Amino acid sequence: MDLAYTEEEEEFRARLRAWLADVLPHLPPRPDPSDWPGRRAYDLGWQRRLHDAGYAGLHWPVDAGGQGATPTQHLIYLEETERAGAPYVGANFVGLLHAGPTVAAEGSPEQRRRWLPPILRGDEVWCQGFSEPDAGSDLASLRTRAVRDGDHYVVSGSKIWTSHAEVADWCELLVRTTPVTDDMPKHRGISWLAMPMDAPGVTVRPLRTLAGSTEFAEMFLDEVRVPVGNRVGEENDGWRVTMVTLSFERGTAFVGEVVACRRTLTALAAEARKNGRWDDAVLRRRLGRLNVEFSALWRLTQWNVSEAQRTGGVPGTGGSVFKLRYSHARQELYDTAAEVLGPDSLDLGREWNLDRLSSLSYTIAAGTSQIQRNIVAERILGLPKGR
Amino acid sequence: MDFQLTEDQRALRSGVRELLAGRFGREALRALADAPEPPALDRELWRDLGVAGFFALRLPERDGGVGLGLPEAVLAFEEAGRALLPGPLVATHLAAGEVEGAATGDTVVTAVDSSGLVPWLDASDVVRGDAAGAVPIRSVDPLTPLHRAPAGAPDPLATLLTAAEQLGSAARSCETAVRYARERTQFGQPIGAFQAVKHLCAQMLVRTELARSAVYAAAVTADPAEIRAAALLADEAAVQGARDCLQVHGGMGFTWEADVHLYLKRAWLRAELGPSAGAVEEEWAAAL
Ligand SMILES: Cc1cc2nc3c(=O)[nH]c(=O)nc-3n(C[C@H](O)[C@H](O)[C@H](O)COP(=O)(O)OP(=O)(O)OC[C@H]3O[C@@H](n4cnc5c(N)ncnc54)[C@H](O)[C@@H]3O)c2cc1C
Repeated sequence: MDLAYTEEEEEFRARLRAWLADVLPHLPPRPDPSDWPGRRAYDLGWQRRLHDAGYAGLHWPVDAGGQGATPTQHLIYLEETERAGAPYVGANFVGLLHAGPTVAAEGSPEQRRRWLPPILRGDEVWCQGFSEPDAGSDLASLRTRAVRDGDHYVVSGSKIWTSHAEVADWCELLVRTTPVTDDMPKHRGISWLAMPMDAPGVTVRPLRTLAGSTEFAEMFLDEVRVPVGNRVGEENDGWRVTMVTLSFERGTAFVGEVVACRRTLTALAAEARKNGRWDDAVLRRRLGRLNVEFSALWRLTQWNVSEAQRTGGVPGTGGSVFKLRYSHARQELYDTAAEVLGPDSLDLGREWNLDRLSSLSYTIAAGTSQIQRNIVAERILGLPKGR
Repeated sequence: MDFQLTEDQRALRSGVRELLAGRFGREALRALADAPEPPALDRELWRDLGVAGFFALRLPERDGGVGLGLPEAVLAFEEAGRALLPGPLVATHLAAGEVEGAATGDTVVTAVDSSGLVPWLDASDVVRGDAAGAVPIRSVDPLTPLHRAPAGAPDPLATLLTAAEQLGSAARSCETAVRYARERTQFGQPIGAFQAVKHLCAQMLVRTELARSAVYAAAVTADPAEIRAAALLADEAAVQGARDCLQVHGGMGFTWEADVHLYLKRAWLRAELGPSAGAVEEEWAAAL
């Protein structure tokens, strides 16, 4: 058990720090959250800078155009960029963390050449079209149909909760290529397609979230023609292909946010000291408790990352354990922020209050807490599946 | 950074687990729990632990020790916690090299904890701290006789090793609950197939794994504040884990016959040792 970083890792950190100090002061001002074209340009611009400095696709394999960095270097990257207040992955999230890694792992050489460089360079945005109105937690029951017509699939159906759909160039789409029958498990017959978002028949209708903004959308697909060459993996093998992505999502997606939560906590304590709430011992203990919680979550992150490093980069089921505790702690953090702010917690112009609203999605998105508990109980503890 | 067990550490852990399974298995545990008289300390077991290096683990080799560090000690105490091994293990381990015979298990050492609790006072040869005027209490844990005395000095290493025992206890409670949930059937299926049961077990594992990274990291850094934070999480994992394990066992969980209550009671006891949860929370708030 070693928590010390190697000389090489420390060098990597120092170089990154120097670069961040150099580049961050020259970034353009952040766009308004409701300005989607502005957000897209801003996020892609940041990705372009990362690319030009040699930090794009840090954790991707070298033969996919990435830097082949170790999980520990990736951890350092996320820690340092967050500390320095660098932009988030934002609209590049699906490309860098789901679709890209899937194409890198499962795509043909030609598919990798077509899709990976534009993700790394910050030229193209991807979104994830998995969930449907009738297929959420039970994703395998998805019904969007793809029917073969020559060298195309003709896709019809609807998707929902698609983040960044408004500004995406591509969608990693799960479709049913073989209808479900009684004697077939429903996760068979699904295929993974890369769908161009400007194809005729794609209609995007933004959905307003409880935070007032339009973070995700509904997508209606009416006989959209997608070339067969856009299928990654074998026909009907999309479920397995997808599991590659989902394990990435649960394994490494929240590392930077733990650092951010710790920073927020420090700011909350400063605010409480200023406005007098610090004298409330119950609140003070709650803040102390959260400090304990987030530093332990950081240790758990280091544990999971070290495990990934040993197993060759594949995030394990530890991701579900982490996500369960983290999503809860994050909601607790913003509830505590509201306690610190008192009546000011009702003022959306004040810091933390919009974040409090966003944090409500943490126990739902990327697999609800109930589903995560099922995963932990069945896959790690080996309890039987229910009927 | 490589925050995982090394080969040697894994070997050490399984070695201690085997030793304890052989020397203090279920039968020995039950014999103690079911005996009519207050528990006696098994001096022979104590010396066997001494021979195995349990107490001398961190002593330098030139002083006859094993020459290992805190992380290894934590792994050994985690196993002791799993097996619910009785006796003033922490105090004797910490006395090795300082009190004659402690390292070999020939001398049994206890200490006055900063909570004022003194475990195994009558059975010990040496007591560290001032136990003058200590009064016996009716211990809730049938396997740990207790005295009360004025509070002793806080000792972060004692807190860490106790937290390691809590971690082992939490892991064991989770495994026990899972095993029972797979065996016991109701409504024509194993109760572990019911989500209400499944989710209790999942939460037990989540608490245990968070405590594990905290305790192991504290063993590596040996930072007193980090040790106290880890103990807070380990106490919670052990106590709540035993509670949930009891719930999963239904009526059986409320019996003397099932081991569940023994884990719960020891977890309660260990949680009282060292600083209180409130003090640790205040400390970590002040650090913000
Ligand atoms: C902010 C946000 C962004 C998202 N972005 C995307 C995206 O980009 N692309 C995409 O494809 N999807 C996205 N999603 C969708 C997300 O993955 C789903 O919302 C999630 O999987 C839950 O599905 P559902 O909403 O249909 O809820 P349901 O599955 O209907 O669940 C409703 C309730 O029932 C519970 N439940 C369901 N099944 C079980 C069970 N077996 N056992 C116990 N409880 C159960 C759930 O835990 C939940 O409490 C996003 C969601 C959010 C909130």
